[in-house]
Amino acid sequence: MKLDSKIPAGPLSEKWSNHKFKMKLVNPSNRRKYHVIVVGSGLAGGAAAASLGEMGYKVSCFCYQDSPRRAHSIAAQGGINAAKNYQNDGDSVHRLFYDTVKGGDYRAREANVYRLAEVSSAIIDQCVAQGVPFAREYGGLLANRSFGGAQVARTFYARGQTGQQLLLGAYSALSRQIGLGQVKMYNRHEMLDVVKVDGHAKGIIARNLVTGQIERHAGDCVVIATGGYGNVFFLSTNAQGCNVTAAYRSYKRGAAFANPCFTQIHPTCIPVHGDQQSKLTLMSESLRNDGRIWVPNDTETAKKLRTGSMNPNDVPEDARDYFLERKYPSFGNLAPRDISSRAAKEACDAGLGVASTGLGVYLDFRDAIKRDGEQTIKERYGNLFDMYQCITGDNPYQVPMMIYPAVHYTMGGVWVDYNLETTIPGLFAAGEANFSDHGANRLGASALMQGLADGYFVLPYTIGNYLGEQGIAAAGKVTTDAPEFDAVEKDVRDRTERLLAIKGKTSARTFHKRLGDLIWEYCGMARSKEGLEKAIAEIQALREEFWRDVRVPGEADELNPELERAGRVADFLEFGELMCRDALMRDESCGGHFRVEHQTEDGEAKRDDINFSFVGVWEFKGENVEPALHREALDFEVAKPSVRSYK
Amino acid sequence: MKLTLKVWRQKNNQTLGRLETYVLEEVSEDSSFLEMLDILNEQLIADGQTPVAFDHDCREGICGMCSLTINGIPHGPDGGTTVCQLHMRRFNDGDTITIEPWRARPFPIIKDLVTDRSSFDHIMQAGGFISVRTGSAIDANEIPVPKPVADYAMDAAACIGCGACVAACKNASAMLFTSAKVAQLNSLPQGKPEKDRRVLAMVNAMDEAGFGSCTNYGECSAVCPKEIPLDMIAKLNRDYIVAQTKSIFTKVG
Ligand SMILES: Cc1cc2nc3c(=O)[nH]c(=O)nc-3n(C[C@H](O)[C@H](O)[C@H](O)COP(=O)(O)OP(=O)(O)OC[C@H]3O[C@@H](n4cnc5c(N)ncnc54)[C@H](O)[C@@H]3O)c2cc1C
Ligand code: FES
Repeated sequence: MKLDSKIPAGPLSEKWSNHKFKMKLVNPSNRRKYHVIVVGSGLAGGAAAASLGEMGYKVSCFCYQDSPRRAHSIAAQGGINAAKNYQNDGDSVHRLFYDTVKGGDYRAREANVYRLAEVSSAIIDQCVAQGVPFAREYGGLLANRSFGGAQVARTFYARGQTGQQLLLGAYSALSRQIGLGQVKMYNRHEMLDVVKVDGHAKGIIARNLVTGQIERHAGDCVVIATGGYGNVFFLSTNAQGCNVTAAYRSYKRGAAFANPCFTQIHPTCIPVHGDQQSKLTLMSESLRNDGRIWVPNDTETAKKLRTGSMNPNDVPEDARDYFLERKYPSFGNLAPRDISSRAAKEACDAGLGVASTGLGVYLDFRDAIKRDGEQTIKERYGNLFDMYQCITGDNPYQVPMMIYPAVHYTMGGVWVDYNLETTIPGLFAAGEANFSDHGANRLGASALMQGLADGYFVLPYTIGNYLGEQGIAAAGKVTTDAPEFDAVEKDVRDRTERLLAIKGKTSARTFHKRLGDLIWEYCGMARSKEGLEKAIAEIQALREEFWRDVRVPGEADELNPELERAGRVADFLEFGELMCRDALMRDESCGGHFRVEHQTEDGEAKRDDINFSFVGVWEFKGENVEPALHREALDFEVAKPSVRSYK
Repeated sequence: MKLTLKVWRQKNNQTLGRLETYVLEEVSEDSSFLEMLDILNEQLIADGQTPVAFDHDCREGICGMCSLTINGIPHGPDGGTTVCQLHMRRFNDGDTITIEPWRARPFPIIKDLVTDRSSFDHIMQAGGFISVRTGSAIDANEIPVPKPVADYAMDAAACIGCGACVAACKNASAMLFTSAKVAQLNSLPQGKPEKDRRVLAMVNAMDEAGFGSCTNYGECSAVCPKEIPLDMIAKLNRDYIVAQTKSIFTKVG
């Protein structure tokens, strides 16, 4: 496998315009002859399908939910970044670019990040024109806030529902194209494999989740915009159906997978309540603007707090450790996500954790309420406080909130070149499903930006370029009768039959939970060689047990959520191993990837630019065979790597 | 806690369904309602029975996928919450809970508690958008939007499209859902050019999908997890009458 990132020549700020100019175009009257398959209807997929449909291409769009409006982008709360500089605080494309590269701990590709910053402004224009009700100032202009440790206010938001509003904007554009007949929408369909003809992606095999029918769909190219793989941890802030299936099956057909171990653990989630838990809920990071994070100074007090024999409000000031303020005086409670999460874990590991499980730290609004009054705090965070109370039963105006880190975002993903094309020609990957822009750690409010950049402003060009290169004679050539479809469909059917035939004793959910525990323990916030090696062996054993003992009730030809789950868990069981291998290979600490062997004396991550300034790219080599590692070297021409210090 | 559940079971839309009774022993108060159903399903799988199919995804009250009628009330006893946000501490040890799907003709049952709500998408496809080509938008600050207008649009846009409003309405009317989208887009300056056309098309699509008319019961707003107010419907009616009157005199294009 040869990796060619296809980064255009020329100065960073001119790459994208030059590249756009050089691209092949498809004549408007020829566009209808091409059929583009878009898997996913989130910000990336929804925006791409709507834009391509509007340009005149024939588009089929797929999602597993009952409506494209329900993709998990809907859950994003905080906001979306753009280099508008509306606040006149010195923001610029260059600054957004620089912050993103630095925030990613110098493990992202400069050219892609620059393009992202460059198109960010157009995203806001597009969304506003669609009717996205962003927050406004009294003068009628758009409001901004500073988010996730940024020193400029460049984040646009729609109350605590930014993702919902952006997605509904994309969904409305998509709906318009569906109504016009340009896009055909396949709800409740799950992509189970990709079909290659002459080496190019020319279709997918999908299961109609209502009838259970296995369907073939042929097209001139395929986009996967299927979101992140955070559910490999079982508990995460993702939706229940989020999966790695589309990405992983593509990997098994030849699409390389990049940096799978780069996952983001978000510091402010509601702690786990117990064994029956099915998901974790994020509390917007904006809470850290006013809340102070602390644990008690000594384990005795911590014990009392855990059992409820002491009220946190009674812990005197000098018995509290505001550990972020202490360790990172200039950023304090706003220190970046990876750093804040790890600090919370360290406190809990030292026996200072609160919550009944010992896995929680306080996020305390007492001082903010004293300073600004309860009313002001209510105006700022009322809906978040209500949400917290609804889930935990505690009133955060009276007792401090408890928070604990949880898996939230996956920076790794399918490897793509500058055109967002994978190593399978004609297969594109967009949004959280690709690896491209966030390096080893994503900054707050930049995933929404990336999803929409990919969908509205990158793919519509690069797909046209790909189709143009293939030529009009190739349009619509491949149909579902091609023998390649027979073979892949057979694989999909065999697998489903195998799952149903095992008739073991243990539910897919149980396996998922066991896998999640392993990944969290060994490939979570702190990783070590020893732990990762152990995890790989245990995952292999668990996978073997799964294929021997899973019980999948019901039939193949009906709505069967357990069968869906089993298929996804089976993929996670393979993918989890790949993740651990990547983490083991990356013998340095960077961003969200913390190898305990590589830390400074005071416990900070130690990056190794000499040996690890590359993207780790994995190529599938066969079932139960070690995958091959390729390295895409990263060159930093403009944003020179420096130590990422938030002290 | 120990619970008795009466759950609607129906193999598919060709067969008749009925309530089945199940007993659950150890449910934690801290569990959510859907986690309680997970426990039921794990128990059913272990007993070799078919688990209960129900729709859910985000489990944080925003995707609009979850859709259960609990003791006769869509989304259950608490105001302003979805089923997935409902927690078991809201119930008592020993309670009997009846769980049914949305019941409304335009939402046919697919299986057990899962219904087909694609008619909502059809209403949106008819006019729930502002026609703007990708990349052709003007600068976002070019048209100032007064804060109260933006806030009103946001109140309307909070709808999650779950369909509880329809399930709660004796007429199975989709007025609250449709009016929320119309109110959002018609009140913003960007949405004005298509204002008349939008409201006519969406109301028409609503009728075609078989939703009933609104006779002001107000149940829709009472069960709405996002508390969309009834005055959105009043706005829709106003916009509709204006658009219709205009269309008599001019052809609205
Ligand atoms: C709770 C939460 C809060 C967040 N807050 C923020 C924030 O404030 N700011 C920010 O910038 N980012 C935030 N993020 C991250 C951001 O929301 C996501 O990274 C982004 O929305 C992902 O968009 P996407 O289009 O790539 O994927 P998604 O929106 O997840 O869409 C995936 C699509 O693929 C479909 N799909 C998946 N698998 C298959 C399959 N096998 N077959 C067919 N279809 C399939 C799904 O149906 C869906 O339509 C948040 C994330 C979470 C979880
Ligand atoms: S599962 Fe998403 S709103 Fe309930």
